[in-house]
Amino acid sequence: MKYSKSKTDSTNRRQFIKRSGGIALLIGASGILPQFISCKNPSHVAAQLKKHQITSWIKMSEDGKIVIYNPAAEMGQGSMTSLPAIFAEEMDANWDNVQVEFSPQISNTYGSDGWGSGRKIMLSAGSRVTKGYYSLLRKAGAQARFILMHNAARIWNVPIDGLSTSDGHVLDENSGMKIAYGDLVKDLVVPEEIPDFELHQLKNPKDFKFIGHDLPRTDIPAKTNGSAQFAIDVILPGMLYGVLERGRVHGAKPTLTNSDEIMKLPGILHLVSFDYAIGIIGERIENVLAAKSRLEIEWSDAIASTFNSEEIYDEYKRVADKERDEKVVVEKGNTKKAIRSAARLFSADYKNDYVYHAQMEPLNAVVQIAEDGASATAWVGSQQGFDSKLGIPEVLDMDPEKVHINLQYLGGGFGRRSMTDFVKECTILAKEVPGQPIKLMWTREDDLTYGAFRPMSLQRLQAGIDSNGRITGFSHTVIGDGDNLLASGIRNDHYEIPNQYAALKIIPHGIRLKHWRGVGHGPNKFAIESMIDQIAHSLGKDPIDFRRTLMSESPKALATLNKAAAMSGWNQPNLQGRAKGVAFIERSGTLSTGVCEISLDENTGKIRVHYFWSASDAGVVIQPDNVKAQMEGGIIMGMSSVFKERISIIDGAVQQSNFDDYELLRMADIPERIETAIIKSDGPPQGVGESGTPLVAGAVANAFLALTGKHLRHLPFTPERVLEALNS
Amino acid sequence: MATYQLHINGAKKSIDVAEGTSLLWVLREHLGLTGTKYGCGIAQCGACTIHVNGNPMKACVMPVDGVSSGQKITTIEGLDDLGNHPLQQAWIDVQVPQCGYCQSGQIMQAAALLANNPSPSRDEIVTHMNGNLCRCGTYMRILKAIQKAAGKEVAVNEGD
Repeated sequence: MKYSKSKTDSTNRRQFIKRSGGIALLIGASGILPQFISCKNPSHVAAQLKKHQITSWIKMSEDGKIVIYNPAAEMGQGSMTSLPAIFAEEMDANWDNVQVEFSPQISNTYGSDGWGSGRKIMLSAGSRVTKGYYSLLRKAGAQARFILMHNAARIWNVPIDGLSTSDGHVLDENSGMKIAYGDLVKDLVVPEEIPDFELHQLKNPKDFKFIGHDLPRTDIPAKTNGSAQFAIDVILPGMLYGVLERGRVHGAKPTLTNSDEIMKLPGILHLVSFDYAIGIIGERIENVLAAKSRLEIEWSDAIASTFNSEEIYDEYKRVADKERDEKVVVEKGNTKKAIRSAARLFSADYKNDYVYHAQMEPLNAVVQIAEDGASATAWVGSQQGFDSKLGIPEVLDMDPEKVHINLQYLGGGFGRRSMTDFVKECTILAKEVPGQPIKLMWTREDDLTYGAFRPMSLQRLQAGIDSNGRITGFSHTVIGDGDNLLASGIRNDHYEIPNQYAALKIIPHGIRLKHWRGVGHGPNKFAIESMIDQIAHSLGKDPIDFRRTLMSESPKALATLNKAAAMSGWNQPNLQGRAKGVAFIERSGTLSTGVCEISLDENTGKIRVHYFWSASDAGVVIQPDNVKAQMEGGIIMGMSSVFKERISIIDGAVQQSNFDDYELLRMADIPERIETAIIKSDGPPQGVGESGTPLVAGAVANAFLALTGKHLRHLPFTPERVLEALNS
Repeated sequence: MATYQLHINGAKKSIDVAEGTSLLWVLREHLGLTGTKYGCGIAQCGACTIHVNGNPMKACVMPVDGVSSGQKITTIEGLDDLGNHPLQQAWIDVQVPQCGYCQSGQIMQAAALLANNPSPSRDEIVTHMNGNLCRCGTYMRILKAIQKAAGKEVAVNEGD
């Protein structure tokens, strides 16, 4: 076998020895090959020998235990299992010996270049983690295996080419010798050169033992007994507590009028002014919460002060009617001409209200700045970011290498935890109390009223069809705030439509906005899939047959459609009062079709989803049951947003505050069954975490159309809106 | 400030806090029993569900004053010494948790149901569990795990 080689780099080696002293671990030029070099301190060496760093991805101890680093956030998506499984696969590790830890947050070593930015980034967002780390971790696992084989060859004095590995052992078939990985660890020597494996030099997928085979998730036992540690659970000696009171209107500036009174309250130590908030530091959580409720603050006006989400749709409609500057996202063929010359024209507006992340763990962080101000440590549940130090170096004007991030489990992310506002806030508080750790807590009310929402929008769709019932032109314009947050999911690359146009008309409101699971796919796929069914319905065509024609050039999409149709018994007659609806989406490379079966209480306007079926092509699937869990959970979250969730804003102020007035789907409203299928595929892994959620709105609206002949065009489908649609 | 005697997970604990402090903060921030979670503070999400004398209660709205006269408090850490309660085992078998933040509360709520009704119907489970939110949407598996722990054969995912 021929490999290109990574040489250990002497400059790097010198630098590393200088920094660490005593025992030195070399991180080589490729970032993956540390090496033991010198040993001055015997007790230090003894401790280190228990856990040897083999490469920057893996530590091993002499009893064979292996620690594999997970470079991604674990927010429920299963990275704590699926990423190490990829590594262990190529390493040929014994999974029973594998433990998983979060990697250090060092982008150059542990980042993925899968973001296309030309540099390595640690960011768990956009369903990109598996996709971004798949090849990298396969190669890194193969390199760890190579190091172990190299050592067996050295000890046995045989050529490495004759060796193989299996289940945590190196084997020499010629001599019949066999040695456990753990037994190689003590005197491990890292070779001068490590191959940079090419994909074709890695394992044949037919030999996979972990990839494509379910492993119990490594994080789950601790999540059943209370021992899983989230950032909110961190308690340190001498830890103080912090809270902030932020305005209900984004951008409003505070003036505190009773600071003397607040400072006299029990346990209150400091007040800290922010542009948009008043911060309180105190000894105990109950102290700072009590003080927060006593603050008297005058708030300035802000850009958002005049914004009223209840009235803005009228303006959106006027903007949609007018010729106006727009940001073109898709332009294929000549859509205007196609629509002008169409035999028949379809047009509809769709609306969606703001939705809130509502991750179950409210935002929080723990930060400790060293007493001498020279370094800082943070304990954070973060989806990380383009800066893996989460903005702390900028706040402290500190060298990023002096900032240590201890990543914790995330009690939900959904996009909210890829912002670092809460980390920076905690760092600003920590500056007041150098040497002491401080835990910043957001209350649920803080988390909701100072949320960063999925933008509301109005979508104007127009479609022209020719005399054969073929869609010849498709135009989609989104009106709202949020720029590219509005754009994802607006493309129709899997439908054969010769002329397509999509554009954004942006109107800034000063409201905080953010990626929310599936981002623009939720609203955009709702509109697109509804329009497809409206056309099929008008032409008297079956919605699945109609899509089959549209997918004539996209066999993979068609396979998901056919599978979902078969699973749902699409061609069987429905029970009295029931109807099915279908939607297709692509998200982060995964293709999915969803079908739901609903009934309707015509008196109350309540829609019930009885069944939901989905079929997805996600490329190679690392952990099939976990993919199913992501689809199930995504569909439930989709139902929650489709039936229940809306943030309204009056005079800039968020009108909801907690789960009593911002309701999430509860168990009483779950379907009788959710069935998820994965289409076998040997393509590269694609993103799954966000694929379930955007399926729901279109499938439900289309089932409603089939059941009633009426259109649901405004998310969420509250009972009042359903009744309104029914009586229209 | 006042001193309260609490009976938690079979042990007596003495704690000095301001009157009216919520039991949730006492458990989490003062006693380090962080398996009980803060989610909403107004008894709407169930992340803080514990048992008081065997009944499922929302710790976030219980002042410590009300549970310091001998009431037996059980948190997720004390549900089973080895973490082998049939529900905990079922939670692992069915691979219920995703982010996991709500799951202590879910398990405590479910444990109180099975203690009184070892063989609940689907409707009984749903009604009993309806106060516990899960944002990751693991409800289907929570239901399945409770049915499994209750000894009922349950249909597995029929997709492939």
